[in-house]
Amino acid sequence: IQAQFNVTVRDALNQAMDEELERDERVFLLGEEVAQYDGAYKVSRGLWKKYGDKRIIDTPISEMGFAGIAVGAAMAGLRPICEFMTFNFSMQAIDQVINSAAKTCYMSAGLQAVPIVFRGPNGASAGVAAQHSQCFAAWYAHCPGLKVVSPWNSEDAKGLLKSSIRDDNPVVFLENELLYGVPFEMSEEAQSKDFTIPIGKAKVERAGSHITLVSHSRYVGHCLDAAAVLAKEGIECEVINLRTIRPMDVESIEASVMKTNHLVTVEGGWPQFGVGAEICARIMEGSAFNYLDSPVTRVTGVDIPMPYAKILEDHSLPQIKDIIFSVKKTLNV
Amino acid sequence: VRKLLSIVFKGAAAVVSARTYADFTNEATFEIKKCDTFKLDEGPATQVVMTRDEGLQYYRTMQTMRRMELKADQLYKQKIIRGFCHLYDGQEACAVGIEAAINLSDHLITAYRAHGYTYTRGGTVKKIMAELTGRRGGIAKGKGGSMHMYCKHFYGGNGIVGAQVPLGAGVALACKYQGNSELCVCLYGDGAANQGQIFETYNMAALWKLPVIFICENNGYGMGTSVERAAASTDYFKRGEFIPGVRVDGMDVLCVREASRFAADYCRSGKGPILMELQTYRYHGHSMSDPGVSYRTREEIQEVRSKSDPISMLKDRMLSNNMASVEELKEIDVEVRKEIEDAAQFATTDPEPPLEDLCNHIFHNNPPLEVRGTNPWSKLKSVS
Repeated sequence: IQAQFNVTVRDALNQAMDEELERDERVFLLGEEVAQYDGAYKVSRGLWKKYGDKRIIDTPISEMGFAGIAVGAAMAGLRPICEFMTFNFSMQAIDQVINSAAKTCYMSAGLQAVPIVFRGPNGASAGVAAQHSQCFAAWYAHCPGLKVVSPWNSEDAKGLLKSSIRDDNPVVFLENELLYGVPFEMSEEAQSKDFTIPIGKAKVERAGSHITLVSHSRYVGHCLDAAAVLAKEGIECEVINLRTIRPMDVESIEASVMKTNHLVTVEGGWPQFGVGAEICARIMEGSAFNYLDSPVTRVTGVDIPMPYAKILEDHSLPQIKDIIFSVKKTLNV
Repeated sequence: VRKLLSIVFKGAAAVVSARTYADFTNEATFEIKKCDTFKLDEGPATQVVMTRDEGLQYYRTMQTMRRMELKADQLYKQKIIRGFCHLYDGQEACAVGIEAAINLSDHLITAYRAHGYTYTRGGTVKKIMAELTGRRGGIAKGKGGSMHMYCKHFYGGNGIVGAQVPLGAGVALACKYQGNSELCVCLYGDGAANQGQIFETYNMAALWKLPVIFICENNGYGMGTSVERAAASTDYFKRGEFIPGVRVDGMDVLCVREASRFAADYCRSGKGPILMELQTYRYHGHSMSDPGVSYRTREEIQEVRSKSDPISMLKDRMLSNNMASVEELKEIDVEVRKEIEDAAQFATTDPEPPLEDLCNHIFHNNPPLEVRGTNPWSKLKSVS
């Protein structure tokens, strides 16, 4: 009998950082409010008290500066975790992420590694309006030299963050603020200090035979909820949790499509040039195309800046009913 | 003496001086320009000692850098070097003076005018030139080019103006974190000095007392824009506001060395960052696409060449103090010229990187992965 515990995503992230800080003294965390405030979203709670000023560093509000400092520290042998309070603020520092971190190993022909993790909440929150709600998965996943990870539940969060910290390359780790407080079952295996989840491998969260739903982060939960409703009507959905956006595990999606013949992608980001668009292109180029009985359907955020009023915000993002509607349309039922 | 002289000019294999070492002054004291200081009670010394060996080494290094850059100019005009090529000739005293004051175990980062620093930090002329010509024997295997050369404790070569400054402070943070008494020399130009991220970096470096020496190489022009047209304050050594600063004659290798020693002592004592402005000059335009005469006069360039050339200044100092002979220095010139010729020969004959290398080195310490080529049927391989 496996003992299961309920752990929130926040605590899972905290555990991951705590364990990696303890395991390797080169690991350190820097960002706004990460130390004495315990983290703007309390993700780093208790770490400053345990590890002190040297390893948990509060920065001034200087994203471009401190992201560059973090990259320089990684070049000189440390293993920084650079927190952006939200990924919206990473735009201030995006040159350091792309030009200084992502491209350096290639430009130096392997001489200069950059073992860094950029982490923080990504995508929509609740009522924070247009400038604080953008999803950056597609932006970062466009760039060679980066790995882009997007966990859903607590096991994902812990296992993937540990792998990201141990990876010798720049990793963009996209969390979700609305998931921080959500408890998930965590297996005993996941509670081990050596528990890691490999970057670049998707997970089939629910097996099904009629249609494949592919998603990442918060919308994996929406897909599972939609699948539960659809099951009552006799439609069995296979739900795939991408876990990693780049490199994307296209093989898992293809294997599923070859079984179900139908595909719906679900994401919070905008439709144009997004994660779903990439999945469509990859499916068309690969062996699974001939198994499709209908074109791939993308369910995405609405193509607008995020509004404030609750009714408008609710209608700017995929709801469970949108997923159910899209599944039925794709199946032509 | 005549017999000895004839040996010198006939046989280049053996290094033979026209006179014995006992005839030369082994060391001399020089009076150098006093540095303007900012928020400092005292500045670098104005009386410095240089030994004969030091002088010869500085001369050789500066001459090598000079000839290397001139050869790059030639190869660029022959279209053997492509893209961006930002030459350093005129500024040699900066790189050589700085390196003379620090250790190879210290760290250094600069912007794109980086060939000189790649050399002083340990890169060979051969590997630098082969990188410029994009060959597999280049210091970055042809993957980086002029602006992206790296070697131990040298973090490039950075193409984005100003981005290297936070990086340098980060390297310094790593030094402090690891408690190794090393420091980071972090260079930028007068153009970059107006970048916002530099002020963010000043703030954090001072706040956290990072062992970083910020150095502004002020050559008077940011591309085609003179300092007067770009900066509300051209006192670059004061722009650190709460960081002490020194303004240095960047054409005098001894001035640069002394100021760098002063700065390194300051840093290593745990006092935090310090800022140096080196007043220097580039003979070439901003890059090989800029003739460099639309925003400044040929007379100005010629005046600097005749009155302040760093190599000539050092040569005059050594000769007038009997620290070397004309023949000895000419001999060094001959050796340097040969080294550059050999390197250029390698750089023009070494093959380009193999196509198999196209997708390699995306990641470090990573299992092999597949990379999409230009079309869906093109599946390329990438190894670390």
